[in-house]
Formats: sequence, structure tokens, C-alpha cells
Amino acid sequence: MKADRTLDCVGLYCPMPIVKTSQEIKELGEGDVLEVVADDPGIKSDMPAWCAKTGHEFLGIEEEDGEYHVFVRKRGG
Amino acid sequence: MAETERRDSLKEGGESATIVVFSGELDRALAAFNIATTAASMGMEVTMFFTFWGLNVVRKEDGGGGRKTSLQRMLGLLNRGGTRRLRLSRLNMLGGGRAAMKRLMRQFRMPSLEEMIAMSRELGVRLIACTTTMALMGLTEEDFIPEVESFAGAATYVERASRSAINLFI
Repeated sequence: MKADRTLDCVGLYCPMPIVKTSQEIKELGEGDVLEVVADDPGIKSDMPAWCAKTGHEFLGIEEEDGEYHVFVRKRGG
Repeated sequence: MAETERRDSLKEGGESATIVVFSGELDRALAAFNIATTAASMGMEVTMFFTFWGLNVVRKEDGGGGRKTSLQRMLGLLNRGGTRRLRLSRLNMLGGGRAAMKRLMRQFRMPSLEEMIAMSRELGVRLIACTTTMALMGLTEEDFIPEVESFAGAATYVERASRSAINLFI
């Protein structure tokens, strides 16, 4: 999947990937895709939950060598 | 956080979360701030209300300006404030457990309590200290870290809690 911006959260644990994602998404335009790379498996549940709450679109997760590449499309609140 | 940004985050999630921090232990405070920063990141308006031993979490290390009765002075000696003085609720082992926990947290790049408090302010979390406990312990506003936004009583907490989707007592 192609992303407009990538956020590296490898080595970070809750709540940091979510806190950083919420700050990073502000830098994107409506419809842009943010890729979050993390290695804490909690992200698999947490990012869809964050999207459900904030209204941004959860596009999917790709797992690769113990790292999760999570894709989120920015939607207006 | 600027007021405009706070309004933006409100627009995103809509609801609010309220957390009473009654406990003055490091692990419990970490859990409270973890949930607070997460809820703020999910677009919620978050209020943390510090009361009783929880006041120690947001007290300055070297506060102690106000007039105190002799009992309050004694309490002040036994119950000192500041994040670095907080113990673990379990396995503190005269501070050895706390030191080990802090080392583990650094190793795993987890934010310290001090960093969590700073982060909570950046995310617009409101920190309120309970004036009744302050009076009981002989504490003044000067005894608290600048991140504490206001000083209030239970009615302020109840009013916010009554509008909150999440309400925790830690």
C-alpha cells in the first residue's frame, strides 16, 4: 500500500504509538494515507479502535518480519 | 495546547473522560496518565482530579510554603510530594523495586511519569487539585507543579463526570 507519510513507532509501547499517530495525522490533508510502523502487537487492536473513535478510516495491516505496517486514511472529524 | 486545537480534538471524538487519582503510588499514577493521554489522543476531553494521596503525584518536590498546624507539619514530613518520591504499590522493597521498574521502563523506551505529565498537558488534559485535601494537608497552590490547571472541589468533578463517557477512580 502506498502512503503519503510514514510514522516510525518501532520500539514504542502504549500509549506512544496512538499519541504519536494522533499528532501526526494533523499534519496530513483530508484523504491522505498515514503508514504507522510498530512492533508492539497491541497496535493490531489499538489502531482500528483509535480509528473507530476518531472517525479516520482504517485501511489494513501488513505484517512483515515482526513489524506491523498499519495504514490509516485521514477523514474529517 | 492551544484552545483551537482543543476544540478540534473535541470535534473529532465528542465525549469526555474523567479520572479521579486518589492513589499516590507510581504504578497507579502511570496507569492513570496512560489512560488519560490515550483518551486525549482519541479526541476526548480529559479531566484528571487529584485528591488525597493522589495530590503527591502533582506536588512539587520542595513545596511547603503555607502555614501549617503542628499536626499538618508532622503529616508533611511523613507524606512528602513529588513524582520521584512515589513508591510502587507492590514490590517497592525500600525503593529497590521502584528503581528496577524505572530501569526497565527506560530500557523499553516507555515514557517516565514526568514525561507522561508533560505529554498530558500538550494533549490538553486538564489537571485539577482538590482544595479540600489541600486544606487538610496545609498545602497551597504554590506547592503544586505548573501543569496543574485549576484548584477545585467535588462539585467541579461531579459536573464533569456527569457529562463523561468514561469515569475512573484510581
